[in-house]
Formats: sequence, structure tokens, C-alpha cells
Amino acid sequence: MSGILNSSIGRKFAMALSALFLMVFLLQHFSINILSVLSPDTFNEVSHFMGTFWVIQYLLQPVLIFGVVFHFVMGFILEIKNNKARQISYAKNNGGANSTWMSRNMIWSGLAILAFVVLHFYDFWLPEVTTKFIDGDMSGLIDPSNSESGLRYYEELQHKFVDAWRVVLYVIAFIFLALHLLHGFNSAFQSIGANNKYTKGLKTFSKIYAIGIPVGFIFIAIFHFLNH
Amino acid sequence: MALDSKIPKGPIADKWTNYKNKIDLVNPANKRNIDVIVVGTGLAGGSAAATLAELGYNVKAFCFQDSPRRAHSIAAQGGINAAKNYQGDGDSTYRLFYDTVKGGDYRSREANVYRLAEVSTNIIDQCVAQGVPFAREYGGLLDNRSFGGVLVSRTFYAAGQTGQQLLLGAYSAMNRQIGRGKIKMYNRHEMLDVVKVDGKARGIITRNLINGDIERHSAHAVVLGTGGYGNVFFLSTNAMGSNVTAAWKAHKRGAHFANPCYTQIHPTCIPVSGDHQSKLTLMSESLRNDGRIWVPKHKKDVEAIRNKTLKPTQLAEEDRDYYLERRYPAFGNLVPRDVASRAAKERSDAGFGVNATGEAVYLDFASAFMRYGKEQAHIKGLNENDDALVKKLGQEIVKAKYGNLFQMYEKIVDENPYETPMMIYPAVHYTMGGLWVDYNLMTNVPGLYAIGEANFSDHGANRLGASALMQGLADGYFVLPYTIGDYLADDIRTGPISTDSKEFEEVENEVRKNLDHLINNNGTHSVDYFHRKLGKIMWNKCGMARNAEDLKSAIIEISELRSEFWKDVRVPGTQNEFNEELAKAGRVADFLELGELFAKDALQREESAGGHFRDEYQTPEGEAVRKKEFQYVSAWEYKGEPKDAVLHKEELEYENIKVKERSYK
Amino acid sequence: MNLNLKIWRQKNASDKGKMVDYPISDVSPDMSFLEMLDVLNNELIEKGDEPVSFDHDCREGICGSCSLYINGEAHGPDRLITTCQLHMRTFKDGETIVIEPWRAKAFPVIKDLVVDRTAFDRIQHAGGFISVNTSGNTIDANSIPINKQDADDAFSAATCIGCGACVASCKNSSAMLFVGAKVSQFALLPQGKVEATDRVLNMVKQMDEEGFGNCTNTGACEVECPKGISLENIARMNREYLSASLKG
Repeated sequence: MSGILNSSIGRKFAMALSALFLMVFLLQHFSINILSVLSPDTFNEVSHFMGTFWVIQYLLQPVLIFGVVFHFVMGFILEIKNNKARQISYAKNNGGANSTWMSRNMIWSGLAILAFVVLHFYDFWLPEVTTKFIDGDMSGLIDPSNSESGLRYYEELQHKFVDAWRVVLYVIAFIFLALHLLHGFNSAFQSIGANNKYTKGLKTFSKIYAIGIPVGFIFIAIFHFLNH
Repeated sequence: MALDSKIPKGPIADKWTNYKNKIDLVNPANKRNIDVIVVGTGLAGGSAAATLAELGYNVKAFCFQDSPRRAHSIAAQGGINAAKNYQGDGDSTYRLFYDTVKGGDYRSREANVYRLAEVSTNIIDQCVAQGVPFAREYGGLLDNRSFGGVLVSRTFYAAGQTGQQLLLGAYSAMNRQIGRGKIKMYNRHEMLDVVKVDGKARGIITRNLINGDIERHSAHAVVLGTGGYGNVFFLSTNAMGSNVTAAWKAHKRGAHFANPCYTQIHPTCIPVSGDHQSKLTLMSESLRNDGRIWVPKHKKDVEAIRNKTLKPTQLAEEDRDYYLERRYPAFGNLVPRDVASRAAKERSDAGFGVNATGEAVYLDFASAFMRYGKEQAHIKGLNENDDALVKKLGQEIVKAKYGNLFQMYEKIVDENPYETPMMIYPAVHYTMGGLWVDYNLMTNVPGLYAIGEANFSDHGANRLGASALMQGLADGYFVLPYTIGDYLADDIRTGPISTDSKEFEEVENEVRKNLDHLINNNGTHSVDYFHRKLGKIMWNKCGMARNAEDLKSAIIEISELRSEFWKDVRVPGTQNEFNEELAKAGRVADFLELGELFAKDALQREESAGGHFRDEYQTPEGEAVRKKEFQYVSAWEYKGEPKDAVLHKEELEYENIKVKERSYK
Repeated sequence: MNLNLKIWRQKNASDKGKMVDYPISDVSPDMSFLEMLDVLNNELIEKGDEPVSFDHDCREGICGSCSLYINGEAHGPDRLITTCQLHMRTFKDGETIVIEPWRAKAFPVIKDLVVDRTAFDRIQHAGGFISVNTSGNTIDANSIPINKQDADDAFSAATCIGCGACVASCKNSSAMLFVGAKVSQFALLPQGKVEATDRVLNMVKQMDEEGFGNCTNTGACEVECPKGISLENIARMNREYLSASLKG
């Protein structure tokens, strides 16, 4: 078992596991966000729960951050190693003849997503951490001194999508996310060795997931932009 | 010098066992002090190298390809024979022995063939243990098919890639020994001469094909598993690199060359398409299990087909001549290769060839589609009278059996063989002749062994399908590793052979001189130019049918072409680099000598036997006439010029098989 | 047909190399790609120039020697074939054809279009075999029945010709289709299961040491493979490797 991360297959296995974890997270994230469209109150309650329950805050959140960091660091390591495996490139290479654009450009879609994650942290995570841990306000209320003021999450969310430029950036990021997932979803299964009679069905499901989730996020962003 | 075949005494069924019991052995500690060189890494060389290393000898293995796995054994398609009798159809060691001797037209050595049949079953066990994925039936047991010239199903196969799978098996056995350090592998090395010290083969001179380095390698024995010389015809089913150099150099150093004229012309190859053709592609003989061979009955239909005004599928059954079924009702399309090839030539010569060059016959699967399709429809409970459905079902079965061959045909010819019959024509495929060896597989030069296609021993004048793989592996896995011990037992105190001796120096100097000459010649024509010319002479005058007049003129023409070659060949580049033209030039130089001996051998053999057919010796129906007084092996001793070679005869005796007329009617 | 060839020329391993243009005329559509190069070479030789070196041997798609990257694809634009089986009818009159060697750090160029693929051999020395003595004293071949599906799958994996098109096509120069096929062939057969753990660990270790890249599942290898070796073999190798790592 030792040194498994030093082997090519071990690395891609780790890459796949972190990817599967992130895809589960993404689904969870989406399920909560879509509530903001369906029912602002439920959205507020679930957000408050997520933001204050200790298991999620102190156990799952660090795991998630580790997962994100691991996934992109390992992605860089693999990309650098893979580039080294071919020192002279082809004068003419027709990659489109045998593989998809998405599969050949995971590093670029990944970098776009990474840039988005930075923006997203700045937009939501940083303010959240500031409110809770620096200001010490764990109430989740719009006005912490007024218990009748209601939960702040929905309002904050709407507020973020006032600026058209941010919505545009989010939309672009989600398109890259879709491209990343279109290859990444199946690729993760292949990497962990799951290629069997279910693969065909999985491929259809992966298309639905890879397009459905980002389109959903885009819908949410535009919805709030138009309805704030 | 008299030829001693060293055949052990006693009843044929016990010869090998008794001989093995009495043979000298080398103890394991001493084997560590003995080096063996194996040249060639096909089925024979690869399996010999692996087994010798496993026994404890230090093996140095050489191949000119970039990996041992690429030796041309890999291209064998159809299968490998073994007297397993898994099908319960009456097969036995004796029957395999009998079929092989008869198939070889009573020109092979009984004791060797019997031994071959005897160890054939071990080969299958061995290969399965090594993980060779032979075809299996649904019950999980091994499947068999039948091949030409026999009445049982004894051929084991792995789709149309049996040679590849067997070679990968031998290669994997080699890999294990290379990993253990018992085989030192020299890829991209070409053997250019044998070195004899005190009359014994003690080493070789090689050229590193990457940088041109000339190297000396010594050993206590040298084994040649260097394949056949079909490329003397330029166009053959051999690989581009297949050559006679190793065997020919051994011949020039004293080893007798036996039966050079025995060449197998394989009946089912893709016809020549034009002057640019660099090689010919075989369609496995196994296709004759299911395909029917025919030409039109009438010249007018031949004309129409050639003009493309008539499609072969449009020709009515009664206007087709299934000439093999007509002439040989007992064996039909499954007659041996020599018979099938000559029959195709006979029809084409008579003007019934079906392509533009007039040199092609049809191999038609239409009835096989229907036969298999009906069977499938019956099994699946579908309508057996729905022709379209039946044909489709049948095509699926044929695809499963020969899919890769059909695909290969379509890629080359650009016609879909599922919809129109294949066109085939005979092509040079295998050479039964080779270095003369005794029962131990040793040439008449002590310490120099020849195995597989490189020797002459087991196939007589014609090889049956699926027997080459059997012989290669039998020699390498099960025969040579025993018999070589008998010789090496005397060498346990010899110690390492020095490469600094004057013998090595002299041979190396000769090799260098030869290469320098070729490089500095600055002639006007490329090597291929001469090779193609040689091929034309060989095919026209020493091909499927020969006569004294042609053979005499071939000897003169080849000799003239050889001197022209040495005067006018142009080899670009230098000696000290990767230089394929130089490598080719050396090989063609040797073909130009061998070709002459080939013709000389064919000329002296005044009979028709197997792959050697003389126009002068045939029945009124065109069947071969074999003669009792030629029941010998012709072993040629080198005397400076090929045409001066001296003939030694090894009389062949048949004590266990009655020599009969070889009839497939 | 008249064609314009752009061919990679490199004198030896240490030479820098460059693309050189060669116009060629009167090419027959029935020629194979290598026969077309034969014609070019003959012209070059008779003109006193150096012919183009390329690997080739059986010319029937089974030895795995030929290895040309043609117009941006391993073995050219056609599918399920090697370069020797590619015919000129695939190209258009007047077309420009770019011909390069396999590019990978693990496959250094020897000369022109010839590369050194011994890395593949070394991977197999590390474990591409079943450790059975070639004595002939094995059990009867039919004493272990093998499920036909497994036997067929093992055969499909074993049809790999070791040409290296997978490495050449892969954007990462990964050898996983090749190694996956080798590992799969033995992993599927009962005879091979005995030493499956060591085999996959050793072969993957050697593969990594040779400097091949990592698989990112683009699937280019499967598309370009002349024998259509399936990606399933890579998945199987991944499984084998992971379970071997847990055991070992």
C-alpha cells in the first residue's frame, strides 16, 4: 500500500476519488441552491443548518476544502508529469479525430473552475466566515439584535446577483464546469476500474448530470438576477 | 564426407524415449559455465532460448527486429497441429506422423517426423500453461479445426492469429529468463557470419543495426533459428526482413544446405495488384474449410468478368467449375497446398483466371453463409427459409471465425468479401529446404544447430498446413534442449571462448571487407532493383512448375545478375549508422547465391515431388510423378561458387510407412 | 496521384531533426502507404540522396513494426489498421501528407521515423509472463476448462501487436492500453491468477520508470489502436493494481 500515490495508477485513482467526492458535493450544493428558487424559507432554514451544525462545519467542511485543494494540486502534478512524457510535440496532431475536446483540455476547464472557486470563496465563504468567526455572530439573522428580522441567507444570495458582470462570470464558469464534467464523470469511474455492463447506462446518466447540474446553477443565477 | 543422420536404432515409437534416456547430460552446476548463442527469436529460436536459459545455460539471443516478438512466426494465421485426439475422430501420434510423411510426398526423415508427432501434444499443454489463449468451445474445452491434406480435426487455433499467440507465449517465456538475467537479448542485431574454432562453431559476428558496430560473440554452441528463404522470390508472404544470410553464411562455412528447391507455394494469397507490390499477403488455409474454390466454366464468362460486365455472384452454379472438387472428390477444397496451388495455376494458365492479370481464382463463401445460417436459424428457432436472414446469420458465424482475414482482404483489395467472392492466387510461403541437420538437429558443422524453418528435416517436399508452428516449437521446447546437452557435455571443461583469437579476427575482417565493398561501390541501381530482378527469374523459372531448360538458363541468369549486382549496386550512407539499405544489400547478395543453388538442386531432381514440380515428370492428367531413385535428401556442400556445389545424398528409408502414390482423389 | 510529403528527417538520436518536403508523383491508389515510401526511397537512392528510414517488416498488420504518425494520427486516418495496411486510395490527389515518428520521451528517435520501443520489452521483462517451466511436464491442456467469454476476452487483449500507437496517440504518451492489455490477458485466465499481484505491481512500476505519462481516459488509444484493444483493459488493470496494492 505504501507509495501508492507515487504510482501512476495510484495517482489517477486518488484523482478519481476526489472527483467523485466533489461531484457528490456538487449535487448536494445544487439541491440546496435550487431551494432558493422553490422556497426561500426552506432555503434559509437549510442554509442555517448547514452553516451552524458542527459535523458539517468542523468535519465535512475541512474535508471538502482538502478535497478541492487535493484535486487541483494533483491535477497540476499530473499535467506537469504528462507534459514531460512528450518532449517534442507533433508538427501536426489531429486530436479531434480520436478524442473529445473536453478530454484533452481538462487542465483549462479545471483552471477556469479554479478561478471561479476563488471568486466564489470571496463572494460567499469569506463573508460567511467573517460574520461567524470574526464577528462572532452565529445567529444567522439579518439583524442579530432583532430576532424577528428573519434569516439572512436568501437576502445575501439575491444581493450577490445584482451585478450583471458577476452573473456573466458565473455563467461562463458553469459552462466550463459542464465541459469538465462531461469528461470527468465517466473518467472517474474508468480510473477506479469500473468499466462493465453498466458503463453504457452510466454514460447517459453522466451526460444528464454534466449538463443538468451546471444548467441548473445557471438558471438559479439568472433567476435571482432577474428577480432581485 | 558421408552424412550420418544419427537416427537411433529400435522401433520407431520408442526411438526418442530410449534416445533421451541414454543421452549425455550436463549437470546444473556446469551449465552455468556454458554459453549458447541463439540467432532468431521466432517460435523455434524463442522457445529454444527460453528453454536453454531455464535449464541453466547462459543464452545470448539475437534478432534483427526491434523486439523478439516481431519475428515472422507472428504472421502465421491458421493453427498448430497436435495429435491430442480431443475430437475423438481417430487421431493418434501415428496418424499425424503418417499424414505428415505422406503430405511431404515421402521426402522427409521418418524418425524426425515421428518424434515431431510424439511431442506435438506437449506443445499444446505447454502453451496453455503459459496462457496462450487458444479458441475454446462453450464448455470451456479447446476447439479444433481441420486443415488441408488430412481427414481429422487436429488443428488448435486462436482465431486467425495463432502464430502471434504462440510467439507471444514463447516471448513471454523468454521475458521471464531475460528478467532473471539468463538470456542476454540483442535486438536489432544481424548475424553476418559464423566463426569456427578447431572445426567447431564457436561464435558469430554481428552488426548492430542501430550504429553499425561490428561485434564478436562467442559461445560453446550456436543455434540458428533464422527461418526460411522465401524472399529469394522477392514477392512472398515472408516479412520484408526475412532472409537467408545466417543459414547461407553457415553453408559457406561448411554446413550442407539440403533440398533448397523445396518451396511451398501457398494456394490462398491475395493476388498481385501491380509492379509496386512489395510483398504478398496470405489468407489462411483455414478459409478452405468453408470457402469453395472455382473459376468460370466458359471463356466468355471469364472475359465478361474481367471486363466487369458480369459479377461473379451473377454466374449460375452450372457455369462454375469447382475444379478442386471435380478433380479430387475425396479431399475437395482441402487438398494439400502443393496440389491446390498447381491446380490454380493450371486453370489460370488455361485462360480461366478471373482478374485483369489472369492470375486469380475465386474463393467463395456463399454456400458457407447459407450452411451456417440455416444451422443458426434452426438453433434460434427462426425461419430457415428466409434467405436474407439465413445469410446474415451465416455471415456472423463466418465473421467470428475469420473476421480479421476478411477485414484484411477488404483493406487490401477494396472489395467486401462478404458480398463478392475473394480472389486468390498462389504465392511463395514457406521453404521446406534448409540446413541439413542430423537427428540431434546439428548440422554437419559440430556445435552448429539449425531449428525450425531454417533446417530441412520434417516436412519433406511439402509441408502440411499448421505444421510449421508445431515443428518450430517442438524443436525449440522439446528437442534441441535435450540433444544439445549431448554435445555440450564434452565442453564442461572448455571454459569461456575467447573472441580475441585469430579465427574471430579473420572472419570479422571478411565481414568488414564485404560491407566496405557494398558501401563504396557507388553503382547506379538500388538493392531492390536487383532483388526484384532475381525474384522474376525465380518465379518464372523456378516457380510452381519447372523444366530443365528454364532451370539451366536460370542458373546462368542468376550468376550474371550476381556479378552485375556487385558491380552496380548503390548503397547510400555509411557503415557506422542505421542503414537499412546496407542491411538489405547483404541479404540480397546472399539470395543471389542461394538462388543459383536452388535452381541447380531443382535441375538435378528429375521427378515431381511436393512443392517441386517438373513439367517433364507428370501424368497425362497433370499429376506429379515421383521417382524411387530420387528418394534421398540432397545435401549440398559449398565449393566456392553455388554452381560448383557438391551433392551428398542421404538415402531415405521408410520402414513404418509404405511408400505409395500420393493420391487425394 | 501526385502528393506532397512532409517527412521528419533526423540523422541519429543526437541530431536535432527537421521536416523536409518531398513531392512524389504517379502514386497508384492501390499501393500501400509503405509501398509509396518504397517508391520515394528508390527515387532518392537513384538520385544519390539518403532514403527515409522507417520500421516495417511483415507488411500485413501483425508484427507491429510500422509506426508512422500520418497527418496527425497514429497509422494514419483509417481505422483498425497499421500503416502497412493503409492504402493510398485513402488520400486525395494533390494532398499534403505530414509523416512523423512516434513522439514520446520513452520512445526516443533512432533515425528519421524509426523509434526505440524497447521500453515495451522492459515492461514485459518485469512480469509479462506466467512462471511455468517449458519442460513439457505440465498438466493436460483440457484439464482446466476456461469459460469461453473469459478465453475470448483474454484473446482480445492478447491481440495487441505492441506497435505503440496507443502511446503515440495519447496526449500524455501513456502506455496504459498496452500494459492494460498485457495485464488483462493473464488476469483473465486461471493460469495467470496465481502471480497476478506481483505481475501488475511490477509491470506498472516499470511502466512508470520508463517515463510514460499517465492515463487521463481520453480514449484516443482505443480509437487509434490497430487491433481495437478496449479501454476495459485499462479499467481492469486499475482494479488489479488497486487490489494488488491493498494486498501487497
